[in-house]
Amino acid sequence: MLSTDTDILKAAEAWKREGRGVAVATVVETWGSAPRPVGSHLVIDADTNFLGSVSGGCVEGAVITEALDVIADGKPRMLEFGVADETAWHVGLSCGGRIRVYVERVD
Amino acid sequence: MRLSLLADLNTERAARRAAILVTDVASGEQRLVREAQVAGDPLAQELRERIRAGKSGLVEQGDRQFFLTVQTPPVRMVVIGAVHISQALAPMARGVDFDVTIIDPRTAFATPERFPDVPVRAEWPDTILPEIGIDRYTAVVALTHDPKIDDPALAAALRSECFYIGALGSRKTHERRVQRLTASGFTETDLARIHAPIGLDIGAVSPAEIAVSVLAEIVATLRKERRRSA
Repeated sequence: MLSTDTDILKAAEAWKREGRGVAVATVVETWGSAPRPVGSHLVIDADTNFLGSVSGGCVEGAVITEALDVIADGKPRMLEFGVADETAWHVGLSCGGRIRVYVERVD
Repeated sequence: MRLSLLADLNTERAARRAAILVTDVASGEQRLVREAQVAGDPLAQELRERIRAGKSGLVEQGDRQFFLTVQTPPVRMVVIGAVHISQALAPMARGVDFDVTIIDPRTAFATPERFPDVPVRAEWPDTILPEIGIDRYTAVVALTHDPKIDDPALAAALRSECFYIGALGSRKTHERRVQRLTASGFTETDLARIHAPIGLDIGAVSPAEIAVSVLAEIVATLRKERRRSA
């Protein structure tokens, strides 16, 4: 099982060596209660296979969508997610926190 | 991120060396700073602090913002003695994400039944420690009370860069231990690295309480003393 960030970055390297398009998303900043700490990684390939986690499931879908664009054009992006506590259950982070996620392509 | 950078980062991690990937958030420019190169980096102070804390995060320098991806090796705890305290200590240490190994040449003690979830090596410390390799992310804890077993382990630990050395026993026991190790060539400065009596003074009575005091002392050493020496 791939449970640590080390394993996830190893997988990113292996995927790239197999010739797949690969992006790495990293939590770079959190405010309030955030499910995954700064430095957590999500690795995505061009076929939307992914490993790891940046939010414990809340915003992975959106990050993967953006990651496909990053894999396509190679430009890194900074994403921000977060909502007020009242609406937290409807969209985004259920814990009401905010996170910034940096997404970059492996070249 | 260049594949070569990613590969280098993975190599450092596999070799149990700390490294930081520095990313200029605006431009996406990156560099990998290995632990040995920290002093020469423009962000040296910050990098040193980050490696100590083992925490990734953003840092500003002038008008530029950098993200630091910090990779530090998992902390290891090598426990000499498959004794009662070790049985309490091992699961607690795993609970704080330490990589635990138990060493005891006495096969009656070093059984998987007594330590269901940790590697137990029924070998002499001087045989097995070179194979395990004690580095600066390792804590060595000697708990057998038996100089035949503890002393060679302590000697190996003293010759290494490990961040913590602790030995069980009263002050009197430790005095005799210091005499023995001095006779085998260790200096007063060397021997001052040994925490003895082992553990924080919390009035621990039971083996489990002693394990708490030992683990707390190791965490304190990992997080505090490294900062002082930095």
